[in-house]
Amino acid sequence: MTGRTALRVLIAAAVGGFLLTLAGCGERPQVVDYKQGTYQGKPDTPAWKDKPWNGNREEWNVALDTRAQNQNEYKRIR
Amino acid sequence: MARMKFLCDAERCIECNGCVTACKQENNIPWGVNRRRVVTINDGVPGERSISVACMHCSDAPCMAVCPVDCFYRTDDGIVLHDKDLCIGCGYCFYACPFGAPQFPQLGAFGVRGKMDKCTFCAGGPEPNNSKVEYEKYGRNRLAEGKLPACAEMCSTKALLAGEANVLANIYRERVTVRGSSGDIWGWATAYGQPGAPGGRAPQPPQPGAQPAPGGGTKS
Repeated sequence: MTGRTALRVLIAAAVGGFLLTLAGCGERPQVVDYKQGTYQGKPDTPAWKDKPWNGNREEWNVALDTRAQNQNEYKRIR
Repeated sequence: MARMKFLCDAERCIECNGCVTACKQENNIPWGVNRRRVVTINDGVPGERSISVACMHCSDAPCMAVCPVDCFYRTDDGIVLHDKDLCIGCGYCFYACPFGAPQFPQLGAFGVRGKMDKCTFCAGGPEPNNSKVEYEKYGRNRLAEGKLPACAEMCSTKALLAGEANVLANIYRERVTVRGSSGDIWGWATAYGQPGAPGGRAPQPPQPGAQPAPGGGTKS
C-alpha cells in the first residue's frame, strides 16, 4: 500500500467517524421529557364544557348546589 | 371557584356499605379494587363509629407530590384525578396516601400489578366527557351530567355528603344545630335532632323498666 492510499483510507475513516458522531447528535429522545412537579398527562375537559351546559359554568354550579340540597332532609321535609 | 369535598357524618353512618356498592356498580370496578370502603372503630362496642372513606381529594395531595411520572392533576373544582396512560403502577402514591385511597388491580395468581385506580368523585378522567373510553378507564362522569357522586346520593341515612364544600358545611352546621350536639353522645336523637326541635323526633313515652338513652334518643 502506497502512502497516498493509506492517506485516503485514513481520510475516509475520519470522515466516516465524523458522520457517525453527527448521526448520534441527531438522535431523537425516546422518553418523555419530564418536568418536575408538572402534570405530564393529557388535558382534561371540564365537566361544564359539554352538553347540556355548553360552557356555562354558572348554570352547572347552580345545578350541582341545588342537587346537593337533596342531601339536607331538614330542607326536603319542610 | 367550587371546591368539591366529601363529608361523612359519623353519627349517622350505619355501616350498611351502600356507598361501597353504589360506587362499584356505578363505575364498574373490578374485583379486588375498592375505591370506597367503610371503616368502623370499636366495632361491636356500644358507641362504635363508622365512616365511609375514599380519596379525600386533598388540597395538597401527597400522591401528587410523590408521583415519579407526574400523572396527577387537580381540576378547577379541587378534584384530584390522574392519567392512567401515564401511570406506571409503581405504588408510591399508595404509600403516601394517609387514607389508602389508591388501589391496584391484580391479574393472576402472582399478582401482576396494574395501573392505579382511585375515586374520581365521579368526574371521569382526561378523556372526552362521557365517552366510552372514559367510562372504561375511569368510570362514569356524573359531574358532567350535573349529578353528584353515586356513593353520596345513594347513602340511605345521608351520612355521606358530597358537593361544594361551603354547601356541605352549611348542611352539617344545620344538623349540629338541630341535634344540639357535635357528637359526644350517640343514638337517634343525636343523629336526627333533639325531641321538639325542627326535624327532631317526637318525644316518646317512657317504656316501663327502660333506661333513658343519652340525649333523649333510643339506642340502636
